[in-house]
Amino acid sequence: MKNEILIKYIFSVADNALILGQRISELCGHGPTLETDIAMTNISLDLFGQTRGYYQYAAKLSEDGKTEDDFAFLRNEREYINVLLVEQPNRNFAYTVARQFLFDHFHLLLMRELQDSTDDNLAAVAKKSIKEVSYHVRFSSDWIKRLGDGTAESHEKIQEAIDDLWRFTDELFHPTEAEKTAVKEGVGVDVSALKTTYYENVSEVLKKATLKIPELKYFQKGGKNGVHTEYMGFILADMQYMQKTFPGMKW
Amino acid sequence: MTETKPHINSKLIPILKSVSDPEIPVLNILDLGVVRSAEIENETAKVKITPTYSGCPAMDVIGDDIKTALHEAGYEAEVELVLSPAWSSDFITEAGRKALKEYGIAPPLDATADKEALLGNKKIVECTNCHSKNTHLVSQFGSTACKALFKCDDCGEPFDYFKCLI
Repeated sequence: MKNEILIKYIFSVADNALILGQRISELCGHGPTLETDIAMTNISLDLFGQTRGYYQYAAKLSEDGKTEDDFAFLRNEREYINVLLVEQPNRNFAYTVARQFLFDHFHLLLMRELQDSTDDNLAAVAKKSIKEVSYHVRFSSDWIKRLGDGTAESHEKIQEAIDDLWRFTDELFHPTEAEKTAVKEGVGVDVSALKTTYYENVSEVLKKATLKIPELKYFQKGGKNGVHTEYMGFILADMQYMQKTFPGMKW
Repeated sequence: MTETKPHINSKLIPILKSVSDPEIPVLNILDLGVVRSAEIENETAKVKITPTYSGCPAMDVIGDDIKTALHEAGYEAEVELVLSPAWSSDFITEAGRKALKEYGIAPPLDATADKEALLGNKKIVECTNCHSKNTHLVSQFGSTACKALFKCDDCGEPFDYFKCLI
């Protein structure tokens, strides 16, 4: 497989972790309670750590001397290929939890398959990530149950968030051309094969949380092809600000 | 424990033992199990370390501390971060577990017990202050990514529990 395609495949996995990590890092110092604040920032840190593992590998493969920071901070909006789900805003805590829950369950299934990749570097990052993502799944699923089976207000809010974000879930299972090539080579994971298990797992938790499983016929996609929702530009403006103001800056 | 023991040159052991986790100063990096190999090639000490958690901010500091300690002992130093084999809380040695406990952090249980504890199904995490097992989970995420927050229902002490990662 050409390096160029492998790098694109790496981005298709890593960009989700980066953008979701950035999104939940917004809760740093703003979480509804101290414990949830710390939990969200810890999850964010896990995701950034995983992202680094992927981008450092992509940097090694890069033929034009790109670094991990170039990938994280200096690409244009169209060059990020994260799914639309992860860039959706933190409207309220229910949205934060619902987005996390809907992504975590996908993330865990993906990592379980990626650990068997024929690419040793990707397999190593995946093996490491599984342990962390298992905790994320537990955290977000617990909150879904707590909010769903909580007060009338928490139930209403989490149901609204699930209903609203559901339309972004289908995109997770549409492979891009780079993903298809990576699957053929034994490097990548066939995401379309994860779909049934994903909806089963997610539905099981929603039922326990006394929530309705949305019945939706229309799904939105585009992020994996670089066509994002209006929220993406704001994330990047915030995230890239320092590197663009002080090029090459290091901590 | 399925992983093979890390290969560490015995000359380097005392030097590496002098380096501790900046977040848990009582725990040296050998007891923490993050050193995967340490060898000497032509006056250069080559050390491979693995992060406990992917985003662990202590790794950069640990890497720098290892280099400093090796330089002071007269070696050139190379530190490499490796992801495989992935760190597991099983890598923490018995001495490490004891040090954690004395420091006020409950050491990791085995995987099944850990799940029961973190789901709040069983009261099995021992309070580091009064040793009672009448404790409860406050938050799955504690002061750092590797810890969960517990509270003792007998003496009222809040304490960290080092999560099991297998």
